[in-house]
Amino acid sequence: MLGMGLVALVALPPAMNALGETYLVSLFSRILIYALVAVSLDLILGYGGMVSLGHAAFFGIGGYVVGILAFHSYEAEPLFTWPFIFEGTENGLLTLPLAMLVSAFFALIIGFFSLRTTGMHFIMITLAFAQMLYYFSVSLEAYGGDDGLSLYARNQLPGINLGDDDSFYYLCLGILVIYLYVSHRLVNSRFGRVIQGVRENERRMQALGFATYRYKLVCFTIAGAGAGLAGALIANQTEFVSPGLMHWTRSGEILVMVLLGGMGTLFGPVLGAIVLLLLEEVLAIYTEHWMVLLGPFLVVVVLFAKRGLYGLLTGRKP
Amino acid sequence: MLLILEQLMNGLQLGVMLFLMSAGLTLVFGIMQVINLAHGSFYMVGAYTAATVTQLTGSFLLGLLAALPAAAAVGMLVEAVVLRRLYSRDHLDQVLATFGLILFFNELTRMIWGRQPLFMDVPDWLSGTVELFPGAPYPSYRLAVIGMGILVAVFLYLLFTRTRLGMQIRAGASNREMIAALGVNIRFLYTLVFGLGAMLAGLAGVMAGPILAVEAGMGEEILILTFVVIVIGGIGSIRGALIAALLVGMVDTLGRVFLPGLFRLFLPVAEADGIGASLASMSVYILMAAILVWRPRGLFPAQI
Repeated sequence: MLGMGLVALVALPPAMNALGETYLVSLFSRILIYALVAVSLDLILGYGGMVSLGHAAFFGIGGYVVGILAFHSYEAEPLFTWPFIFEGTENGLLTLPLAMLVSAFFALIIGFFSLRTTGMHFIMITLAFAQMLYYFSVSLEAYGGDDGLSLYARNQLPGINLGDDDSFYYLCLGILVIYLYVSHRLVNSRFGRVIQGVRENERRMQALGFATYRYKLVCFTIAGAGAGLAGALIANQTEFVSPGLMHWTRSGEILVMVLLGGMGTLFGPVLGAIVLLLLEEVLAIYTEHWMVLLGPFLVVVVLFAKRGLYGLLTGRKP
Repeated sequence: MLLILEQLMNGLQLGVMLFLMSAGLTLVFGIMQVINLAHGSFYMVGAYTAATVTQLTGSFLLGLLAALPAAAAVGMLVEAVVLRRLYSRDHLDQVLATFGLILFFNELTRMIWGRQPLFMDVPDWLSGTVELFPGAPYPSYRLAVIGMGILVAVFLYLLFTRTRLGMQIRAGASNREMIAALGVNIRFLYTLVFGLGAMLAGLAGVMAGPILAVEAGMGEEILILTFVVIVIGGIGSIRGALIAALLVGMVDTLGRVFLPGLFRLFLPVAEADGIGASLASMSVYILMAAILVWRPRGLFPAQI
């Protein structure tokens, strides 16, 4: 089934171009990017049992890294001159890793404070930190403040023309597949086993001699890096970044994707992203007020379909 | 000096609004162990009901009287239909279901009232100013808000420490099974507490109406600040909520007014305003982080 899904995703651009539905290629690029951020959230949520309601913050940071670097590159004005001269850039080989690095750094700091708490506190604190970064981005007047920042072009990568929607789609697909593979290796490694042990019973893992706080912090940071990468891609896709990227409703949306698809699985969040975003598109055709339907739908999913779509399809428990 | 006094009063007023929001929410968190993101929706229901009734009848008091039961009714309905099923679930389910409720309520208000914000006028009898100190006029409406907050704080204190109902609520918080075994209808009690919390949120919404714009999504702006208050005060503690609300209200208000000026002392004006404004918008969260390092369970963790 996974193979079929992958074949379908690979065959999507030529098929859609043949049908003349080119809009769907860019829609599916967006879906793949959201799938990436949902998978990264699932690392901490599904595997680590950490309910973060601030994951969009790292998504937004990744986007802003790309946006700000492109802005400085265009203005030909260095980002900073001390202690060394740092020029803006539109080279994807630099911007994508930098976006991951900066997001990971923020995740490290936020995780450092948030992971001191658990349960309800953790949810509210991650939410509050994300909101703090949101307001910070609103106050960045030099980079457009509330209105956001437009990019003049997508980043460049050697050998790939990202301006072409099909090529961009394949880049997103490739990155998602790599990220899924890395995550698969990660959750089945010793590290991943410890993280899952912490989810089940943190006190017992501590008694077994694991420094659980450190494991959780590393996991949180890795997830932040993944979200940053997705943010860098979305900035390229829309050629626009704004504080809206890290608004807390975005975090909620990503959380919904994970739960809808099935948390604690790697392909569940991908499925969740596809279904939720397609559902939004379809509902939006019929009514401008589609959220009035989506809201109760979520409530029903939570109350009656806890295992998510992946669980329903495969019959496996999360 | 007068500016400082005026801003202190504004901080107090924001703190009172936050207290009204957080008092109800911290009870729901602390007693029922349920995380409710939709609390801001009750605030919105209160504000919209009051704005509509005030426009129809021309009386702010009637608007207030209509808004309180409306918010309480919506709250109890939400509890009975959705949240009651979530008490035994984990927090993630609660977050997602109440997130769905937010989407629903925000869109519903857009369908009923449209996308344009409503504006509420300050009632005539509160539109004047009061001279608190010689030469320092202060809007009487904001004073009334502060007064209302103090009244509610006293009311809650008396309710919890002096009445049978308050005793049962406290008992229900510490041991749900035991109090149910003693013959108290704990289900109804929970619905009642939830309705009380929703009513307080609705009250906050009514009072915010003439100060801010009444629009869909207004609840979420204050909801996040309310979370900060609850985290700082300690989940489940009304006393903590009161102190933290005043603290957050002061820090937020004073930061916005004075931080840019502070940075102007040693930075160029444009840069100082930029840094000051960013720092001011983050000050509350920085305060929260600092307090959590010092006390991870908040200032006054409830003994539950």
